[in-house]
Amino acid sequence: MTRIDLVDLAHSYNPQTQSAGEYALKKTSLTFAAGGAYALLGPSGCGKTTLLNLMSGLLTPTEGAILFDGVDVTLRTTEQRNIAQVFQFPVVYDTMSVYDNLAFPLRNRGLRGAAVDLRVREIAAMLDLTPTLARKAKGLTADSKQKISLGRGLVRADVSAMLFDEPLTVIDPHLKWQLRSQLKQLHAQVATTMIYVTHDQTEALTFAEKVIVMYDGAVVQIGTPEELFEHPNHTFVGYFIGSPGMNVLPATINGKTAVVGGHTISLPRFYGKPLASTRTELGIRPEFIRISENGKGLPVRIKRVDDVGRYKLARVALGPLALNVMVGEDARLPADSAGIVFEPGRLHVYVDGHLVEGSA
Amino acid sequence: MDKIADNRAWFMVLPVLVLVAFNAVIPLMTVVNYSVQESFAGNVFFFEGSKWFEQVLHSDRFHAALLRQFVFTGTILAIEIPLGVVIALTMPRRGPWVSVCLVLMALPLLIPWNVVGAIWNIFALPDFGLLGRLLNGIGLHYNFTRQASDAWLTLVLMDVWHWTSLVVLLAYAGLVAIPDAYYQAAKIDGASRWAVFRYIQLPKMRRVLTIAVLLRLMDSFTIYTEPFVLTGGGPGNATTLLSIDLVKIALGQFDLGPAAAMSLVYFLMVLAMSWVFYTVMTQGEART
Repeated sequence: MTRIDLVDLAHSYNPQTQSAGEYALKKTSLTFAAGGAYALLGPSGCGKTTLLNLMSGLLTPTEGAILFDGVDVTLRTTEQRNIAQVFQFPVVYDTMSVYDNLAFPLRNRGLRGAAVDLRVREIAAMLDLTPTLARKAKGLTADSKQKISLGRGLVRADVSAMLFDEPLTVIDPHLKWQLRSQLKQLHAQVATTMIYVTHDQTEALTFAEKVIVMYDGAVVQIGTPEELFEHPNHTFVGYFIGSPGMNVLPATINGKTAVVGGHTISLPRFYGKPLASTRTELGIRPEFIRISENGKGLPVRIKRVDDVGRYKLARVALGPLALNVMVGEDARLPADSAGIVFEPGRLHVYVDGHLVEGSA
Repeated sequence: MDKIADNRAWFMVLPVLVLVAFNAVIPLMTVVNYSVQESFAGNVFFFEGSKWFEQVLHSDRFHAALLRQFVFTGTILAIEIPLGVVIALTMPRRGPWVSVCLVLMALPLLIPWNVVGAIWNIFALPDFGLLGRLLNGIGLHYNFTRQASDAWLTLVLMDVWHWTSLVVLLAYAGLVAIPDAYYQAAKIDGASRWAVFRYIQLPKMRRVLTIAVLLRLMDSFTIYTEPFVLTGGGPGNATTLLSIDLVKIALGQFDLGPAAAMSLVYFLMVLAMSWVFYTVMTQGEART
């Protein structure tokens, strides 16, 4: 159990050029509470893996410091940090047996005999690897190889933290569910700090107590899954979390009103008058738009309705703007044009992509 | 799907057949033909059966050359393979120095073989060669034209200088093909430098090293030009390897029959060794 603090951490893969755009990770300060389960969520290339590699010591940061329980470990090696990390693509030592693969991290740290055997068999049982323990790790399926990689990450009981870099990408969906719940279970048992990198929001939201959303080398929001859903700090979070993501509409804001596509709607709070040079937008999730029965509200054309199981997804056009609207499974929709109403408490105002709170 | 059978298609492979016939089959068959005949004045032939083969296989001269050949090949393999791997391991994996290293490494391979022999001959001359003068200057009595041990030393040095690069380049190709993730995982697993070599680098280099050993084995077994230019097989017969001996018999004495028989024995030996080595290496791989 280790608390991890990142202090003004930044990294550029090119140490010479120091222009802001070159940073794979922009200046970030974060705290991972001891024993927490975190997910790092973001699209490919947003700096998730860089952040992870900085924490495990595979990379040395260009700027800033990393503290483990208050001790500066920025310049310490991976081994000294005692971190477990599992990578996106399986790494197995294919001249060794599966058993030796799992025992490798333990033996490298001087453990021998029964201590090794106990842990290896425990982890093998958890990952369903017991029947293959005796065979060579060569020529196994991608699934099994990744399970071995995962096993080598989990086999050491005393690690400061376990970092998972999209470990389930190559694993088939059925097994994915199973392994993910096993990881969660394991976390409940050992209470090691776990950080799980993914670009799959379902994975992030089911695994973690707290989700850290990254975008373009910066952390844009940290919160529980509910917070991210209900209160996205950044249009990117709104768009990235949720399926489909939040509707983001260009709007002109003036005090308590907004003009969207030529229609004026009233806002629940007072937002003043943002500068004309800024980009102002209105965010509303598809879940919080209602199709009014009497045709009141903003006039839209219904372009398509998809039945996606528990609800229907209507794609509507408000003038030139396209929106997604979620409606109940049994709701009857007008054929062509309809009126939509935004739930007032769910409207968010964004200036240059960032959430503005407004005042009462 | 119906296949169209048309025997005229054989004409398509005719050029290859002609080519192979001229550069392999016909010369080889000529040698086979010579090996069972006695020749006089180069144009009168008598059939002799297996006489030359028996003579070659029982000849002390052949046995001595063969022994020298094995010692030479064994020595250079024992030096060049580990040395090549060590050099490849110390080369940078990326960055501007990679191309510098690669060019430096490729340089000895670009020099014509007889020039390599000439360079080392002059370099090692005891009275005015750089190496020769230096060794004698520090008190060693070095003279590769007189002392067999010095000749051997020079010969092995020359081969190592000339051919270690090939092993380096092959081993390096194997090394750079290892994804970074392996090294990262090894760091996470706390693997020592030796463990990284033993469990990651060596297994990944195995295939290219098999090729390297095979190439050096065949090449060193058939080496001719460099020792011929360096020592001419001397002093005495001290550095007379198989190919040098063969040329002495065939062109020096014009004994076409024995020379042809020796060529065939020699050829079959190289073929058999390569085959055995390759089979052992690839079977070992299939088992693991």
